[in-house]
Amino acid sequence: MEGTERVFERLVRDHQDRIYALGFALTGNRHDAEEVAQDTFMRAFRALCTYPPDRVRELKQKAWLHRIAVNVVRNRMRGVRPRLVELNGSEPSHASGPEEDVLMRAEIDELAARVASLPLRYREAVVLRHVHELSYAEAAEALGQPVGTVKANVHRGLKMLRGENHDNGDA
Amino acid sequence: MTTATLELRRLGDVRAPAGFADRVLAQAGMADSYSVFDTVLGPVYVAWNRLGVSAAMRSKSAAEFEGWFRKEIGRQLVRVAPPQDLAAKIEDQLEGNKRMRFDLRGLTPFSQAVLRKTLDIPRGQVRPYGWIAREIGHPAAVRAVGTALANNPIPYFIPCHRVIRTDGVIGNYGGGGPEAKRDILTLEGVQLKRLQELARAGLRYEGVRTTKVFCFPTCYHGRHAREENFVYFHDEAEARAAGYRPCKDCRPAAVA
Repeated sequence: MEGTERVFERLVRDHQDRIYALGFALTGNRHDAEEVAQDTFMRAFRALCTYPPDRVRELKQKAWLHRIAVNVVRNRMRGVRPRLVELNGSEPSHASGPEEDVLMRAEIDELAARVASLPLRYREAVVLRHVHELSYAEAAEALGQPVGTVKANVHRGLKMLRGENHDNGDA
Repeated sequence: MTTATLELRRLGDVRAPAGFADRVLAQAGMADSYSVFDTVLGPVYVAWNRLGVSAAMRSKSAAEFEGWFRKEIGRQLVRVAPPQDLAAKIEDQLEGNKRMRFDLRGLTPFSQAVLRKTLDIPRGQVRPYGWIAREIGHPAAVRAVGTALANNPIPYFIPCHRVIRTDGVIGNYGGGGPEAKRDILTLEGVQLKRLQELARAGLRYEGVRTTKVFCFPTCYHGRHAREENFVYFHDEAEARAAGYRPCKDCRPAAVA
């Protein structure tokens, strides 16, 4: 148990930014991102407690966490249309990192909201491939889908994103 | 294509908010949460985890409390907004209405027994150190009881202030010195002056003529007896010789 706790603490510290960013790209707002990331780590913790030590040691942490996070988001979204992000919903409790100045933060929030407007199956494929830069094989593993499906979903997702860009530009 | 994907990559640079990892560890029960509460005793720093309240202290500052906690308890500590129900629970505990749960891991079994027994002392009453020692089955370990109470990580909540010396001296108090101990007991309705007069005269027990029962002087049994029916004893043998039996509630002596 002592060992599990130490593994878990390192897991959280090593992967918190990556999993939070994943939650952010998948949900489109910072509040949901924190909830997704917290749920992901809590599920990981409960699972770790039941795993035998050699399984914990051989765990491919990054891939494993990606997969849990994807499932957390899928469960949250089940039957729920992605909600629109309130653009004036500033969240002062989230201290921004030094590299995120206000303007950049607004841009990034807008970008995330745009990604969040994609249907989930395209969104998760695009995010894993192009935000987190996983290979198609890694993304397919995290999503539990064949590589071909992931490739097609990435392609369609990007097409939809570009289509929205053009609309905005024309307006 | 390239501009879109290049832009997308920026989403991956978003960082988790400050304190995120600590909050996750707290949620997993690997760190304790704490907050400061206004109580009848003034502001009190309280730490808790999924097992219950783990520490309480009237520290001067958050930094002082954190330092003390890390040194004494040795776990991580995360400051959070106080949960609403905890404030009500704390008030109930201090008022003596309801019991809270406590996390006493890390203490020796002996210390845990001492603190759990201390929780049995009702508000407004006091017991001698020797009483705790006898009740937990270590009648000779009076000094060890004193040490365990002095190191109580959750003073006020676990009312170590209700344990005083037989000679009436208030005794030291980890939660803010003898003065604080006196103040809290007074706040709880203990008549310290009367108690100390009795102790100075060597009178440890109070009996009631009509019931032939003897108690600790702060026990609530017999509190409605008339003044002229009270009788005082120096020790158990004297009380028993006079035909009195120990109170079953405050148990001034083993009930034979």
